[in-house]
Order: sequence, then C-alpha cells, then structure tokens
Amino acid sequence: MIELIDVTKRYPGGHVTLANVNLHIQLGEMVFITGRSGAGKSTLLKLIGSIEKPTSGHIKISDKDISRLPRTAVPYFRLNIGMIFQDHKLLYDRSVLDNVLLPLHLREIHGAEATRRARAALEKVGLADRERSRPITLSGGEQQRLCIARAIVGRPRLILADEPTANLDDDYAHEIMNILQALNEGGDTILIATHDQDLIARYGKRCLVLADGALS
Amino acid sequence: MILGAHTQHHLDSLVTAWQRLRAQPLASAFSILVIGIALSLPTGLYLLISNLDRASSSLSEHTEMTVFLKPKIETAAALGLAEALRNEPGIRKLRFVSREDALLELQRSGLDDVLTSLSSNPLPHALVIEPTQVHPEHIRRLGQQLRQRPEVDTIASAEAWAHRLAALLDFGVGLTWMLGTVLALSLAAITGNTIRLQIYARRDEIEISRLIGATDRFIRRPFLYFGALQGLLGGLAALILSGLAILWLNQSVAELASTYGSSFRLAHLDAPISLLLLACGALLGLAGAWLSVAYTLRDFD
Repeated sequence: MIELIDVTKRYPGGHVTLANVNLHIQLGEMVFITGRSGAGKSTLLKLIGSIEKPTSGHIKISDKDISRLPRTAVPYFRLNIGMIFQDHKLLYDRSVLDNVLLPLHLREIHGAEATRRARAALEKVGLADRERSRPITLSGGEQQRLCIARAIVGRPRLILADEPTANLDDDYAHEIMNILQALNEGGDTILIATHDQDLIARYGKRCLVLADGALS
Repeated sequence: MILGAHTQHHLDSLVTAWQRLRAQPLASAFSILVIGIALSLPTGLYLLISNLDRASSSLSEHTEMTVFLKPKIETAAALGLAEALRNEPGIRKLRFVSREDALLELQRSGLDDVLTSLSSNPLPHALVIEPTQVHPEHIRRLGQQLRQRPEVDTIASAEAWAHRLAALLDFGVGLTWMLGTVLALSLAAITGNTIRLQIYARRDEIEISRLIGATDRFIRRPFLYFGALQGLLGGLAALILSGLAILWLNQSVAELASTYGSSFRLAHLDAPISLLLLACGALLGLAGAWLSVAYTLRDFD
C-alpha cells in the first residue's frame, strides 16, 4: 500500500535527512519507525503525508505517486490521512467539539451528521464529557486523545502518528497506544514515529530503524 | 431546513466573519468609519453634481431666448410666426412681445426722456422663447433653426451661460470619477491591510487547517466575507454620513433658495444609487480581501 522508492530528502544548505530510502508497508499494518533525534523519523512521516516533498525518488500510496502532486491536489490527498502530532496542533480558541468538527467541515460534512460523527470520535477516545471544554483546560494525555479523535473522525484508512506518546507519563502513553492498536485491529494502517524502545518492545509490531538518514 | 454542504460552508464563513468583526468592536468601528469617510467623499461630490444638475434643470424653466424680428415685419406676420413656432418641438413656451409693449416696458424702466425725443418706435417685434432643455447643444440647434426664418433678425440667448454650466457639470462628473477611483483603491487597500493583519494573527490556525487538508478556498472564504461585510458596513456609514450632511446643508440651502423665491432643497441619494453605493462598498472590500489573502497565503507556503 505504501511504497518508498529511492527517496532522498535534502534541505536547503545541503543537509541530507533521508538518503535513498526504500520501504514497503502493507495495508492494515502497524509499523513503528524509530531512531535517535534528527534521524529523519518526522521527515519520513511528513513525506508520506505530503507535508513535504522528496528531493528525489517516488512515494506511492495505493499505487498513486504522491511525490509530485500539484499544490492544489495536496489538501484533497491529506483528507485521506489522519495525522497525529507530537505537539497536538489543536485550535485553542475553539471547543473540543469544534476541533473534531473541523476535518468533517473540510469534507463538506455539516449539521447533525457532523455532530454525530464528532461525538462518536470523542466517545472512542474517552472525551465525550469534555466536548464543550477548551483544549487548554485538558491534560497532556487528553489533548493527545483529542488529536487522535480529530485524526480519525474523517475515517481515514491511514494514520500517521509523530511521537504520539512523547511528554506523556506511562499511563497516558498506554491509553494512547491502546487507542491506536484498536484502530489497527479495525483495519487501519498505522505508522508511529517514536524513540520509546519500551513501547515498541511491548507491542511487538514491525519496527523500522532510521540512522543517519538510512533505514536499517 | 437542510442546506447543501457548500451553502452551509458559505453560511458558516459569513457567521465566522461577523464574529470576527464583533470580536474587536473598536478596531472594526474605526475601519468601517474610515471606509465610510473614504466613500462619502465621492458620494458627496456626486450629490453636489446631481443636485446642481437638478437645479439647472429647474432654472431652464427661466432660461429664455429672445428672438428679435426684422423691423419691417408687420404685427400680423409676427403673430403668424409666433403661432407657427408655438407647436415646434424644442420650445416649451413662447410669448409674443409687440414693439408697442416693448416700448412701454422701456419707458417704465426709466428711459422715458430718451424715447420721447425719437420720432417713431425703433423697437422690433420680439418672441420670448423658453426652450425645453437648457443643454447648450439644444439651445444652439434651436437658434440655428430660428435664424433660418426670413422674419428673424437677431437672437439673444443663454447659450453661453448654459455652455458654461454644462462644462462645469462635466468637470464635476469627471472629478467624481477620479476621486471615486482613487478612494476606491484606498478602500481596497484599507480592507486588504486589515485582512493581512488578521491572517497573520491566525497563522497557527491556518497552518493547522492546511495540515489536516484545508484548501486555500476553505481558508480564504471567511476572510472574503469579512472584507465584503466590512465594505458593506463602510458603504452604510457613507450613506448615513452623506444623509446627515444633506440634512445639515438643507437649512442653509432653504434660506438661500427663499431669497430667489424658490423652494429648492438638496435631494438625498435615491434607492438605486444607495444600493449601488452599498454594493460598491461590498465589492471593493471583497476585492481588497481577495488580493490580500492571495498574497499573504503565498507567503505562508
């Protein structure tokens, strides 16, 4: 389903973050991507999410080459992906419910149907009773769960999670991982970038190690 | 009522724009007032020109051409000519002044001593004509037609005066367009700058929305509604300002007009022009917002 062919990412100034990366991930897999800070984990997820473009090489998702998508097509591609960010990237001047409604509005789903689906997503991550709260009043773990609710509300089949358990204590980290595992058991493909080796060992899924821009 | 998703998003964008306007009442009020003042200047000039035009039309009722007939034309022939011209197009009113009446009028004006020294009445018969239009071209053409009559000697007309007034009105119209264009650009610039500041204040929100799949169209829409709404309210402010100015000026105009025995008053903008002003405000706000969003979003790429 996800295929990277000789993917290189070089930033202005010449720093090479990824060098000739080749990768194949099957539909419905849950894969950990690990490595030290600056190894290129986040860059790899950004390339798959079309947040950045590779300097060379090809990225195919369901046989569609997304590495050369025109600028106007990128938003429509991103609607098919659920993204979970380490720093949550929530809208703090909106309610919890409004944050989850946003991806539905982007898909032109409004009104009662949107509210029903947003509440179902909040229910799934255990935030049903906080829909009127502002994200700033939530704990770190709750904010991350809200970020997951926003990522899954549009029912994407691919979820990219960049350090979803960073800065969380063990209990919160397991809550988040349990949610992601449940989504994977429901058939979703999930890529998780993390440097937490204990977490990787506990879940026993395929793990790709990035070092100096190369996969090992 | 179930709205289509597209309509719903337009409605949401409009509500968002309204909320953003209300979120900063003082800043919004100042922006709207500045736009209102910018729009009220060409509006005021337009009102001045249209009222002058109206005033000159009412003056045309008193604009007269005096057609002096040749001295040898007898009264019967002069009356015949007057009757023939009375139904001519382009002539609103015609009054025959016989040479005897003209002499009496002259005597009453204090030239009695001079006239008694003359052996006979030197004055010709005359026709005093009020044209249907005060436009100089109309007066010139009417004069040309009358001069072709063999009975006509000379014509004294208000052509030069009408020409000057028409030139003044034309200048005013040109000035209104020029001022309108300059101030329209400034309105677009004011809106554009407000929107640019708003976009920068919402940079995080825009970037997050983009990360999860927002198109530029989705991001742009509330800002466009904001610009249009601000322009519309600016147009409304201009309408109120010019209305207040007319009310205030009409007191002086009434006094001035009464000295001429006239009941002339300055007229307010009529409904179609008022709607046009509001539409112009909204469209200019929209244009300013569009340009600003296009350039600023490109900066974020």
